[in-house]
Amino acid sequence: MKVSDLIKKYEGKTVVDSVSFQLPKGKVTSLIGPNGAGKSTVMGMISRLIAKDSGMISFEDRDLSGWNSRELAKKLAILTQHNNVQMKLTVRELVAFGRFPYSGGRLTEEDETIIDRAIAYMELESFEHRFIDELSGGQRQRAYIAMVIAQDTEYILLDEPTNNLDIYHSSNMMKIVRRLCDELGKTVILVLHEINYAAFYSDYICAFVNGKVAKFGTVDEVITRENLSQIYNVDFEIIRINDKPLSVYY
Amino acid sequence: MMKKITGREWSGTVLMALLLAVLSFASLFVGVTGITLDVLLSGQDEMALKIFLLARIPRLLAILCTGTGMSIAGLIMQQLCMNRFVSPTTGATISSAQLGILLSLVFLPGMGIWGRTLSAFLTAVAGTWIFVWFIRRIPFQNAVLVPLVGIMFGNIIGGITGFLSYRFEMTQQMSSFLIGSFAPVIRGNYELVWLAAPLVILAFIYADHFNIAGMGEDFASNLGVSYCLILFAGLTISAMITAAVVSVVGSISYVGLLVPNMVTLFRGDRLRGCLTDTALFGSLFVLSADLIARTVIMPYELPIELIIGIGGSILFIGLLLYRLKYGRKAIRFTRKETISCD
Repeated sequence: MKVSDLIKKYEGKTVVDSVSFQLPKGKVTSLIGPNGAGKSTVMGMISRLIAKDSGMISFEDRDLSGWNSRELAKKLAILTQHNNVQMKLTVRELVAFGRFPYSGGRLTEEDETIIDRAIAYMELESFEHRFIDELSGGQRQRAYIAMVIAQDTEYILLDEPTNNLDIYHSSNMMKIVRRLCDELGKTVILVLHEINYAAFYSDYICAFVNGKVAKFGTVDEVITRENLSQIYNVDFEIIRINDKPLSVYY
Repeated sequence: MMKKITGREWSGTVLMALLLAVLSFASLFVGVTGITLDVLLSGQDEMALKIFLLARIPRLLAILCTGTGMSIAGLIMQQLCMNRFVSPTTGATISSAQLGILLSLVFLPGMGIWGRTLSAFLTAVAGTWIFVWFIRRIPFQNAVLVPLVGIMFGNIIGGITGFLSYRFEMTQQMSSFLIGSFAPVIRGNYELVWLAAPLVILAFIYADHFNIAGMGEDFASNLGVSYCLILFAGLTISAMITAAVVSVVGSISYVGLLVPNMVTLFRGDRLRGCLTDTALFGSLFVLSADLIARTVIMPYELPIELIIGIGGSILFIGLLLYRLKYGRKAIRFTRKETISCD
């Protein structure tokens, strides 16, 4: 996926300003940056949830807007935090929706097998017939990831997947992200607030400031004292744990 | 296959279907003129046969169409608006349809029932769209505000209808559309309510789409479903079902609000699983109310709206009390629980 000169304005204010980057395939890329830096808006545009004002997004060598919506749903999945949580659907019913782009609600034997596998992969077997509104935040998030796995897309986009989760569930979520990439070969793109999760679990980092890409590169290239201090306008110390650059700020 | 997905039991559905069949059959023999099966089958009493074919069967069919249509219209509206208190009554659909009927009586008096229904279609659809456009523009913190806005909006439209009907001296004619009743239903004047049937079939076909749209715009786009199109189509279907019912039997409130809430309490929100139950329970609810309305002061008859109002409010209060006590926890009748009770 390649993005060039992406621009988005809200009421005259430019929130995304000529953003260009190329997302490496089969890797985990995190979009980080302060609030209002435009990372979620960029995520929205590359997942066709938000219309762009100008610029070019090419997905598998075709303009994103030229894709048939249903075909795109088999290639690229996006999970945001704006889902209706009041809905009384069982975990299995939710996961089954992941097959909708393929069989439009009439599930085949093959679909059932894929659903079974997705539920097993997320270790949700014992919750399979529970309603999602009766689950904890962490379990519900896992159910959504299982749906995305059933959707069987090459690209998985996650908008703040650790939002509202405690430390235990957040780090579990990040481990799941890593497994999606390493075991299932997915290209994962995340919007993250916690820099250390981004540093520890991603391959690449794209840092945004004021609607522009400030830095884009491997974790070691981006997570440096100078870069982070510039991006967040706060003093940082970098320590290395498990050969990953972790940042300390206060 | 279905069983695997939802792991649900069919006993409730079968029970409701049986009960509905029995009550439907019984309702054919309830009325001022005593008609029995023997008389009908002997074929000697022509008058009885006439009443049976002209009044009793049309009335039953109108009731079934109304019960099914209104409850499914309510279910779709609740899903798409993501709010359990939205229904044709609380979403201004019924009052908009009534305004449409009045407009057709005033301006197109020669058009008859067709003009009436067409006009009701247009205003019901427009009224519902305006309401939904409005609630989508203004995000409410509290879910209860949405139906309150709908009720206010509905009352404003009702006010306009009231004013216009005084101006054009139509109050008498309008009253039958303001308070629902199946008494005037006879062959030849009710068939338009059948329009609800193809619309309900459409609802069955697009059940998954409505479900997905009900999960939110992002969720729908992710699965390649056009949110705006489905919202538009679903609300139009609901409004048209409502308009067809209102222009034939008048306003039937509560059904669209109460029935979907009761059914989803047991069945969950997966539409494919609960549409049949909603249709059955809606028909049962309207049919029982009509039977009560017909028998309670025999040989006279009460408007069904009165019975539904009383029964509906009691059930609704019960539902609210349940929600207050148990939150949104679903009632489930599973085998496991029965065993653990022993």
